[in-house]
Amino acid sequence: MALIELRHVTKIFGRAPREGLARVRAGVGKEQLLAETGMVLGLHDVNLAIEPGEIFVVMGLSGSGKSTLIRHLNRLIDPTDGEVLVDGEDILTFSARALEAFRRRRMSMVFQRFGLMPHRTVLANVAYGLEVRGEARRARERTARDWVERVGLAGYEDSYPHQLSGGMQQRVGLARALATGADILLMDEAFSALDPLIRSQMQDQLIALQAELNRTVVFITHDLDEALRIGTRIAILKDGVVVQVGTPAEILLAPADDYVAAFVRDVNRARALTVEAVMKPPVCRLTDETLDRALAEMRRHGAAEAVVMAADGYRGVVTAAKVEAALQAKGAPRRLAELAVAAPTFTPDTPIERLVPAALQAGVPLPVVDEAGNVKGLVTPEAVGKMLAEREAETAPAGIETKPRDAA
Amino acid sequence: MFPDLGGPLRQATNRLVEHIVVAYGDGFEALADTILVVLVAIERTLREAHPAFVLAAIGLLAFLAARRIVLALTMVACAYVIGALGLWDQAMQTVAIMVVSVLLSILIGIPLGIASARSNRVRATINPVLDLMQTIPSFVYLIPAAMLFGLGKVPAILATVIYATPPLIRLTDLGIREVDREVVEASRAFGATRWQILTGVQVPLALPSIMQGINQTMMMALAMVVIASMIGARGVGETVLLGLQRGDSGQGLLGGLAIVLLAIVFDRITQAYGSRVQTHRAAGA
Repeated sequence: MALIELRHVTKIFGRAPREGLARVRAGVGKEQLLAETGMVLGLHDVNLAIEPGEIFVVMGLSGSGKSTLIRHLNRLIDPTDGEVLVDGEDILTFSARALEAFRRRRMSMVFQRFGLMPHRTVLANVAYGLEVRGEARRARERTARDWVERVGLAGYEDSYPHQLSGGMQQRVGLARALATGADILLMDEAFSALDPLIRSQMQDQLIALQAELNRTVVFITHDLDEALRIGTRIAILKDGVVVQVGTPAEILLAPADDYVAAFVRDVNRARALTVEAVMKPPVCRLTDETLDRALAEMRRHGAAEAVVMAADGYRGVVTAAKVEAALQAKGAPRRLAELAVAAPTFTPDTPIERLVPAALQAGVPLPVVDEAGNVKGLVTPEAVGKMLAEREAETAPAGIETKPRDAA
Repeated sequence: MFPDLGGPLRQATNRLVEHIVVAYGDGFEALADTILVVLVAIERTLREAHPAFVLAAIGLLAFLAARRIVLALTMVACAYVIGALGLWDQAMQTVAIMVVSVLLSILIGIPLGIASARSNRVRATINPVLDLMQTIPSFVYLIPAAMLFGLGKVPAILATVIYATPPLIRLTDLGIREVDREVVEASRAFGATRWQILTGVQVPLALPSIMQGINQTMMMALAMVVIASMIGARGVGETVLLGLQRGDSGQGLLGGLAIVLLAIVFDRITQAYGSRVQTHRAAGA
């Protein structure tokens, strides 16, 4: 069962949301509703299921409703219609008290402009969530100190937020959110206000922390590169409607419509996609055999290349052409293990970018081997080239800004 | 040409005041007594204490508020000059009335300011009343006040409160409304109750503005002392009033100087405190 589920969530801002809802149900669009009634359609029939342990990214331009959407998850905003379920329970039925308890225990939040309390020290800010739920000073400060250290701010416990740089302030925001121990972390454009370098450091830190803590993260951003980098899955929001939900590779390789396609056009695929997206499973695995038998085996599979395995695991890669050449040449190695090129291996989650130099040098397809030592696939230089060339060939629809700078 | 609105309004008002005096006189008397008890205690302490103690207390207070020696010494010097003008005792009486008025203003003003910040409807209701309180001549409400409480210090304090509270209400409202929305949202997101948000975030962050309001209230309370002396409040205001009645310009000037010096002392101390609580906030905004 999904951890968080949104069912038919619609949000209308304005004087008479119910009346607006009736119009929207009758098929009135966002712009028409605004023109006729002055009401704003924030979200329209949003359905999402967020699984435990994933980093779920909601991506959209300003005005797409993404900040509205994330505020529905902890009811900073209540929907006009629909259900918000956490662990199968509809949080819209919660009383004020139950909602407070829910926010204290289950969900914490990181804000775009940090939302730190300027009159509290770093330590007191980090301890805020614990203080609110009534933990004793000593206990909460111990926890807070621990988190301040984990986000790399040891020594700044007694500083005030304004004495810190933006990146450091957001680390305080992150530590504050993590300190409550809530299993769901909501991040509203959390890194958008930071410098690019700091931003990518924070992304790395988030990914590392997530791998260690295994919490569920719902992350809002207007930056597709960021979404692709950190997201397990991505939902693309446009005018309050979810246009596509998928893994980064699915979004990049199979955009649901022109809007998404225009978005992904300028993405650096080599960075955004991992080896997994271009590898093909090896058709032919060979052990240390004679060249004749190896060639026969490869022909039988119709494979142009093969992975050579030994008792202790991966040995190298051979191509059919090489084996043939070796059979005809005199003085060439007679054993397959000697002929195999010990090409470097890559894990499936390596960005393609890092594999490119090796792919160009090795002269053979590169094997993809997971942490356990199993060969998962092969990456040919041609496949890499094709993947990277595709974007040049595409002609994207004009008029859609793909890299918005504003974050209002 | 004009319909007679004045006659009925006047009679109705008089009947209402009479009714209140008759029906609720005891209640007002009890209220007056409570205020008087506090006032007398403060006044006695100030007047009976050796001036040196009071001067030392002013110096200490100024230093705690500003953390600057020079400012503290200047404040002591101002107070010393009041003594040298021969108005020490009167000044202490005035300070006592002012302190009680300001305390009452805070007690009324801050909660009303908070209520006004939370609800636009409350604000829309309060605002015209505040305008009225600030513009209507104080003599107008001194008449019923004197009827309810008799002549003396209590009606003087009430008149001062009516005149001096509006800026505190307005500045409390403004201060709370100006608190960063995202900070308030953050505390909501962490499950803070409304009370926790108010006491832990909104009021502390609005404090510079609230302090400014208290400062304004003090200044306006001092501006009321001469009028207050007309209904029997003692103090430097009375000195000015006597100067006026006797055509003694010199005495009027002495009283006026003492009021100005008192204003400087209170203004500097509260301003210094206000800007010090602000140091950790301004840069964050």
